[in-house]
Amino acid sequence: MNDNKNTRVVVGMSGGVDSSVAALLLKQQGYDVVGIFMKNWDDTDENGVCTATEDFDDVVRVCNQLEIPYYAVNFEKQYWDKVFTYFLEEYKAGRTPNPDVMCNKEIKFKAFLDHALSLGADYLATGHYAQVTKEGDEYQMLRGNDDNKDQTYFLNQLSQSVLSKVMFPLGHLPKKEVRKIAAENNLATANKKDSTGICFIGERNFKEFLSEYLPAQPGKMTTLDGVEKGRHEGLMYYTIGQRQGLGIGGSGDPWFVVGKNLEENILYVEQGFHNEYLYSDGLIASDLNWINEKELDKPLECTAKFRYRQQDSKVTVTPLEDGKVQVTFHEPQRAITPGQAVVFYDGDICLGGGTIDEIIKDEKYLDYVG
Amino acid sequence: MEPIYLDHAATTPIHPEVTAAMIPALEEVFGNPSSVHHFGRKARQMIDGARRVIADSIGANEKEIVFTSGGTEADNIALVGTAKANMNHGKHVITTQIEHHATLHAAEHLEKQGFEVTYLPVGHDGKIDVEELKAALREDTTVVSVMAVNNETGIIQPIERIGELLKDHQAYFHTDAVQAYGLLEIDVNKWKVDLLTASSHKINGPKGAGFLYMKEGLSAEALQYGGQQERKRRPGTENVAGIKGFQRAVELAVEHKAERQQTYQEYKQAFLNKLKQNGVSSTLNGSEADSVPAIANISFPGTNVEALLTNFDLSGVAASSGSACTAGSVEPSHVLSAMYGSKDNRTINSIRFSFGLANTMENVEEAAERVASIVNRLAKK
Repeated sequence: MNDNKNTRVVVGMSGGVDSSVAALLLKQQGYDVVGIFMKNWDDTDENGVCTATEDFDDVVRVCNQLEIPYYAVNFEKQYWDKVFTYFLEEYKAGRTPNPDVMCNKEIKFKAFLDHALSLGADYLATGHYAQVTKEGDEYQMLRGNDDNKDQTYFLNQLSQSVLSKVMFPLGHLPKKEVRKIAAENNLATANKKDSTGICFIGERNFKEFLSEYLPAQPGKMTTLDGVEKGRHEGLMYYTIGQRQGLGIGGSGDPWFVVGKNLEENILYVEQGFHNEYLYSDGLIASDLNWINEKELDKPLECTAKFRYRQQDSKVTVTPLEDGKVQVTFHEPQRAITPGQAVVFYDGDICLGGGTIDEIIKDEKYLDYVG
Repeated sequence: MEPIYLDHAATTPIHPEVTAAMIPALEEVFGNPSSVHHFGRKARQMIDGARRVIADSIGANEKEIVFTSGGTEADNIALVGTAKANMNHGKHVITTQIEHHATLHAAEHLEKQGFEVTYLPVGHDGKIDVEELKAALREDTTVVSVMAVNNETGIIQPIERIGELLKDHQAYFHTDAVQAYGLLEIDVNKWKVDLLTASSHKINGPKGAGFLYMKEGLSAEALQYGGQQERKRRPGTENVAGIKGFQRAVELAVEHKAERQQTYQEYKQAFLNKLKQNGVSSTLNGSEADSVPAIANISFPGTNVEALLTNFDLSGVAASSGSACTAGSVEPSHVLSAMYGSKDNRTINSIRFSFGLANTMENVEEAAERVASIVNRLAKK
């Protein structure tokens, strides 16, 4: 206990129930806990109302309940440069980016971690559902105990040096238990709704948001054989496997997005959830991060997720000469989407991950995917 | 680590003698000053006694003192109340870019009501140019509001010269003297001001009390609606205990003014010297000769207020910054922006240290040591 008292832990607090309970648990364990609210995005509306003000107010109330100091820090500029710029570039390239992965890599576990360390912190803690353990000299990141909440997918880019400085106090808990702890301790945020969607877009309409930053170029919507099925509002508004918002009527199976042609500004659609064009048997990934920081030198058998909250699938990961990897699926996979993360696991251990660049089927790149 | 308070411009600790003076007001004198019975008269007596002491402290007569809930309310009445009551003489108001938000936001309110407001700039030295004020004056100007001492920089404004300039003009002259009261010699006749704001909690009195000096014969609309208190200029039952405490704080400030000035000057000097000795790279915003002894506003190149204030607090040094950083939004200081331009780094790397009753030479020097080690660490990166 005495050691904990002399161990300063900065908790990244969002004003939500998860980070509130993370701070509470650390406080109960006797740590020198400091709460810090991070502001990455300015969403002040015309009335001067900004969700950050409300959220910070919740941080203040919880920290006062816990009797810990609280501060705020602004990373709007870094977020814009490192996350939002990437986000727009990816959409421009017809891909579907994952800003949360980038935010964790560049902001929360880099700029924010540096800030915490500059305040004399020994550790940075967050309310993520993941676990860190040490095997010998090596840090490992394990899935959160709550399968449904596991967030290692978003944390796949963390390094050894980062893991040596982070704590995930909720990693062993089911979400239900976290809510229960919050309620039992009368935390001000106990009944606060979980936030949904991408943090900077919040509850707003995604199309409207994106159109403020990227010009939408409406165009043709056709089948891969060139049969025109209607118009699309701009390729960036659609992602592979999407069914909603296509506006194709008529009888038969529903229609799905299967690909994009950026040069001719065409959105490809095909009929049926299990349409063969939605399926592939491999992918190429770049920007690889291996959490053990060891280069892959031979094919690896493991499991993978291609999007958040998906069951793992068996894959073989083969290193390529340019630092990328080829991931071969043991079973065909549906709607693999360029720009999203592919994350690898060995049982509960998250091995790392990368960004999906190309989709492979029958040993050929699927050009129509985009 | 022992926390050290260097934020007396934000608020001050209550002087023990002030607390002692308030106890009877809380325990015995509970009547409503407006009541026509024994209990009411006791309370009325108490606030009228305070009114005399306070009027004396600025060379006013007691009918000219209107008790308010504090500085903000007094500033609001001075601007909005006076401008509205004198609309038949014009709808132009002059103030400065460096006022407290109690004045600036009141001026913005007037603009929305159809008034025209001129916001005077300041120079690099943080002072307004009286010639510019002269040029901005119009026939239809009804209120001129210039603060006596800036709350962020401590810079003293040329109030007497402005009073002189305005003496033959119809415009009423208001000064927000919240940071000056208790530290500077104030005589409303010498300064030729028509309205003056002061606040209790900035001079070791309790929060929730302040006053507006309103020259006899001046008309201002009340901003609240209610009873006849304060000659209808500020309806609402008076904060009797707060006013009693304010009185005692004023008495102490008058009695110890010279001694406090001297002591705070020594603190400021020692603080700056210690930073220098420790090799801290820093510059003072505004010249020392132009500022009150209690405030030092210091820029630390290569740092930012967020990291500074957080680090200071974690090492037990309480200071503040004009750059508002609520909920993680850093708004550059409007005062330093007016002095240097909004792009200047000093608007986001400056800290206000303000000295007072909570200090001793030892804790000021100790605070300077802590500040120096933090700044040296942050600026190095």
